[in-house]
Amino acid sequence: MPIDDYVPEGALATRLDAALGWARKYSIFQYPFVTACCGMEFMSTAASHYDLDRFGAGFPRFSPRQADCLMVVGTISHKIAPVLRRIYDQMAEPKWVVAFGVCTCTGGFYNNYATVQGIDTIVPVDLYIPGCPPRPEMVLQGLVMLQEKIQKQRSKGGEAKAA
Amino acid sequence: MSGDAAANPWQGERRESEPAAAFDALRALKEQGFNMLVDMTAVDYSAQGREPRFEVLYRLMKLDLQSGEDRGRVELHVKVPEGAPVLRSAASLWPIADWLEREVWDMFGIGFVDRPKIKRLLMYEEFQGHPLRKDYPITKRQPLVGPASGERPDNPSFNAMRPTVKYE
Amino acid sequence: MNRARKTFMLNMGPQHPAMHGIVRLVLEMEGELIKDVDVEIGYLHRAFEKHAESETWNNVVPWTDRLNYVSPLINNVGYAMAVEKLAGIEAPERGQYIRTIACELSRVTDHLTCVGASAMELGAFTVFLYLIKAREYLYQLIDNLAGARVTTNFTRVGGVKADLPQGFEEKCRDVFKKVREAVRDSDKLLTKNRIFMDRVDKTGIISKEDAAAYGITGPFLRSTGVAYDLRRAHPYLVYDRVDFEIPVGSTGDNFDRYLVRLAEIEQSLRIIEQCFKQIPAGKHSLDIAEMKNAYEFEDAGKFGDTALLKKYTAKVDQTLEGGGRRQHADVLNASRAAVLPAKEETYGSIEGLMNHFELIMWSWGIKIPAGETYVAVEGGNGELGFHIVSDGSGRPYRVRCRPPCLYIMAALPILLKDSYIADIIPTFGSVNMIGGELDR
Repeated sequence: MPIDDYVPEGALATRLDAALGWARKYSIFQYPFVTACCGMEFMSTAASHYDLDRFGAGFPRFSPRQADCLMVVGTISHKIAPVLRRIYDQMAEPKWVVAFGVCTCTGGFYNNYATVQGIDTIVPVDLYIPGCPPRPEMVLQGLVMLQEKIQKQRSKGGEAKAA
Repeated sequence: MSGDAAANPWQGERRESEPAAAFDALRALKEQGFNMLVDMTAVDYSAQGREPRFEVLYRLMKLDLQSGEDRGRVELHVKVPEGAPVLRSAASLWPIADWLEREVWDMFGIGFVDRPKIKRLLMYEEFQGHPLRKDYPITKRQPLVGPASGERPDNPSFNAMRPTVKYE
Repeated sequence: MNRARKTFMLNMGPQHPAMHGIVRLVLEMEGELIKDVDVEIGYLHRAFEKHAESETWNNVVPWTDRLNYVSPLINNVGYAMAVEKLAGIEAPERGQYIRTIACELSRVTDHLTCVGASAMELGAFTVFLYLIKAREYLYQLIDNLAGARVTTNFTRVGGVKADLPQGFEEKCRDVFKKVREAVRDSDKLLTKNRIFMDRVDKTGIISKEDAAAYGITGPFLRSTGVAYDLRRAHPYLVYDRVDFEIPVGSTGDNFDRYLVRLAEIEQSLRIIEQCFKQIPAGKHSLDIAEMKNAYEFEDAGKFGDTALLKKYTAKVDQTLEGGGRRQHADVLNASRAAVLPAKEETYGSIEGLMNHFELIMWSWGIKIPAGETYVAVEGGNGELGFHIVSDGSGRPYRVRCRPPCLYIMAALPILLKDSYIADIIPTFGSVNMIGGELDR
């Protein structure tokens, strides 16, 4: 997508959000919070065959301070829930959260005493990718949707993330 | 037909023991050359109304360290009542028993006489009850626990309501 | 110099890139040396064993996929074999061959993932890409075979979900060529690589005796020189009819474990190739019970002839009159009524559909005779056992899974003690810890 579509000549100041969104969406620094089976499909997606790098999201950062997209991959149990929340709190704005796999979306078929029924009870979620586990094609589609969402985001009163 | 030791090489001979004598029986088996504790688990028979409530089973194997052959297996069943611990820890015989006993305590609440401060293996410390007991309903959830350090008191961390989803 | 040495605590995990997500190590360090390790697990406890108690016998199979999610087919097979042992039935020969093929495919993916991921953690990213690419081809095969890439849900009590797809053998042949190539490339890149050797050679050593005391099995035990492999010790499926070798190491260090895993990939591929040569024609699952018209049951009952009733399931006409619920509930498993009808039949005929529903529906499913049994198969990490207790009803009373990597994780303190902090990465990588299996 050429920048000219969004930033016409002489209008850079008013279209700053669009430019920022454009820059952000192609440099997603993801933090893979991999816990379970979905990690296998995450590995498949990230490796050379499906190549997450084509979408500018190929570079995992294992420090929450350096990441801007929290990929929650796999079941979140009650025991690891505090860890997830803490990592989310440590990430700098702007940040996005992807619920990867049905366990993170709703708890999936693990409706029991040990698992969290959807990570949106702990952290706000921007994108849900259901599937047990989702196929790589689905992950890529989700990633494109996340890019669209990032592109459309507007900053309001200094806060980069708005509804 | 089923449970026949001869037809099932993985199961081996079935033996039983009183809980108080279980440790001595295990030690005797270890001296006979059963060098591997393959598994240790428990079954809660309360739903069948059986008394005593639990049955702990130890699965042992004689592994030939030179040829790598399985020289025979045995399973030792011990009937254990609910309440005060009666079993002795087998961790001095096979070190793996340490973790397996922690799991049995965690899941069934079966204690060990010489491990008064036994720690849970799988669940978190704040968890109440023992989930694999038949009287623990599978969907009975307990409140989420916040970070142990409890950094910021105003942290909107846990048991938060589902955030309102806003669309553009 | 006699200065009092001080130690400090270092926390590694639970969310650490090399901890595969969900294990916490609390290390007591003296400089770079590890003095003590406390391993904390349970971060992926998903109540498999509790769920199994509330599902019908066949419905437990999807849960087993998610135990060792790197080799789900082996879990499926292990569980199905345990239930069949209790029911006193056995899958037909072709089904056994298909199961063997499925198991070995999964074992290859398991080893590829383990070697690839631990190589990546040591900096060899190229190897990771090569091996994951090879795994991708195998996933496509598994997708072709079972209909899903990771969570396969392939076996049924009494057989497998479906026969081999068309042209599967040719596809396998192509894929194996690529897998062998990837393994050969990785072997060239790693096995004599100085950087890799420095990290893995003579680190994380465990002796035979310690390994046995901790109940360690699988490639980890074989790396110490004990050739214990359940496929050889208690041949199940058709492993007694194929020729394969058990690679063993000598020192029990990380390098041996790496070599054992690479060698096992080749052996697994050989097993599959032999299976394709031997596989007989025939059914992949047991027949579903012989069916009779429902009105015949009534007639037989009126004449007092009930002895044979248990042998048959009711065949119901499309008006749903004379439904066969009672008769079905009495059918014992040994009479081979355990098997789900083929999908074509489920979707194509009312009898098949009803049979399917009766087996699937809550508390209507197959009944397994009361008793308990234990069956173990050689999983990717070692002896994967299922201890099953039945009270004769339509659901398992208790299912216990013996997770092979729990035993290795328990031995982690002795593997790591008095080594350097950098040794954690190769040692932990060679453990091949799988959270779903470890915490269940």
